[in-house]
Amino acid sequence: MRVSRHCKLLPCCEETKDFTQDSIIGITQGEDICLWVCFVLDLKSAKEAIKEGCMLESVGFLAGDALCLALLAQEMLVLVQDALEPYMSQRTLEIHWGKHHRGYLEGLNKQLENNNSLYGYTMDELVKVTYNNGNPLPEFNNAAQVWNHDFFWESMQPGGGKIPGHGVLLQIEKDFGSFTNFREKFIEAALTLFGSGWIWLALKTKEKRLAVIKTSNGVTPIVWGDIPIISLDMWEHAYYLDYKNDKVKYVNMFLNNLVSWNAATARMARAEAFVNLGEPKIPVA
Amino acid sequence: MALRTLISSSRQTLATGLGLGLQSEARNLGLGFRHARELQTFSLPDLPYDYSALEPVISGEIMQLHHQKHHQTYITNYNKALEQLDEAMAKGDSSTVVKLQSAIKFNGGGHINHSIFWKNLTPIREGGGEPPKHSLGWAIDTHFGSFEALVQKINTEGAALQGSGWVWLGLDKEMKRLVVETTANQDPLVTKGANLVPLLGIDVWEHAYYLQYKNVRPDYLKNVWKVMNWKFASEVYEKECP
Repeated sequence: MRVSRHCKLLPCCEETKDFTQDSIIGITQGEDICLWVCFVLDLKSAKEAIKEGCMLESVGFLAGDALCLALLAQEMLVLVQDALEPYMSQRTLEIHWGKHHRGYLEGLNKQLENNNSLYGYTMDELVKVTYNNGNPLPEFNNAAQVWNHDFFWESMQPGGGKIPGHGVLLQIEKDFGSFTNFREKFIEAALTLFGSGWIWLALKTKEKRLAVIKTSNGVTPIVWGDIPIISLDMWEHAYYLDYKNDKVKYVNMFLNNLVSWNAATARMARAEAFVNLGEPKIPVA
Repeated sequence: MALRTLISSSRQTLATGLGLGLQSEARNLGLGFRHARELQTFSLPDLPYDYSALEPVISGEIMQLHHQKHHQTYITNYNKALEQLDEAMAKGDSSTVVKLQSAIKFNGGGHINHSIFWKNLTPIREGGGEPPKHSLGWAIDTHFGSFEALVQKINTEGAALQGSGWVWLGLDKEMKRLVVETTANQDPLVTKGANLVPLLGIDVWEHAYYLQYKNVRPDYLKNVWKVMNWKFASEVYEKECP
């Protein structure tokens, strides 16, 4: 069993001296097993880690890396899954993460087993390649939905919401007029989406500005070369157990309590390496 | 200029600038005049059974939400879109007319599809689940091999549908042939073929089953046949293929 060179050991795992290889579950891409289980024996220190935001990052899969994911032991899952209560229930996360997201991943793995031509891509690349310029290959739906859910979990945090930090706020005010206007546009997009899909705050690379984007089913702005900053899952399974058909409440709750502007800041910072957003700041003195 | 037949509502309206006599003559000829038109609004049809009547296959909670919230919302938004369309047409505002088409297709489709769906279901004690006999039964055997094969096909296609949509058993009334089709979102069956008549449709939007079946759509599909109203499907079929 070789570990793929694409895999990264997550920061919290590095600190753990007790992780064992016994519980490695394999996901194969070619010959490489690409999965670590980060097993923290001490529940108490795990809770401390959650408070620092560590665990929540490692619940999801690393977007941008090849099929490489770190699963936590069952207790960790349970601890983490109620982290977004009462705005997104543990029950919802159990099913949304444990059944829907996992189902897409397992489906994708099965498809990749049978298709050697897709070997060796990172998740980003896989999504773009299988999108096939608008004529998606059968693997697209699973690949894109794995990517999307990954991105979505990392777009949220306990104690989220409120307003973004300085840099992101300035950019939003520049491109939307005001933060309130951005909120309105975001909510309107969520309520006027037909069918299943996602709502994004994304940086449009050609226009060099932020925009609210609606996509259907599994489509993601990366297929057009845009850079997503925040996403909201508007598939009914994302909110139905907690909010039934009350989409207004769901979107507002997300913006007020869950959206991770920290994640947005990190993503914007990274995006600026690819998109020139304005005049260079020449110091006054 | 295209002449359209009036969709008349129960209230009489006066044709401004025209004598009543002329208007009634025009009505007799099946012609309409724009300013005399009264826009028909749609309202939520009653269910032919109680919300809890389809238990344990579909819970009362789902039926109530589905009917009172989801279907009602489609109707409300459909009426709104039609009103806006009417205004835009009166003003000759083509870009608004065209822009409204997707809202009309979505909400109008939602109304059409759900209206059929409520009739497609019936409580077990009223014959729900009883397989079709006579001409529809024979047609199914002819086109699909057996009733079980049809159910299997519909369940497979319904489970494989990505996102939101419907799976249909339809009749191509031109070719006199049964078909299984899926449509996305709230597209009515007719968007898959102008000659297609829906015999029965199964809503596979998550709101149709999630509270009870969660992510296990195949279980919902397996069970929904227990409350399927084949009598209604047969009636529709026999009307088209006497």
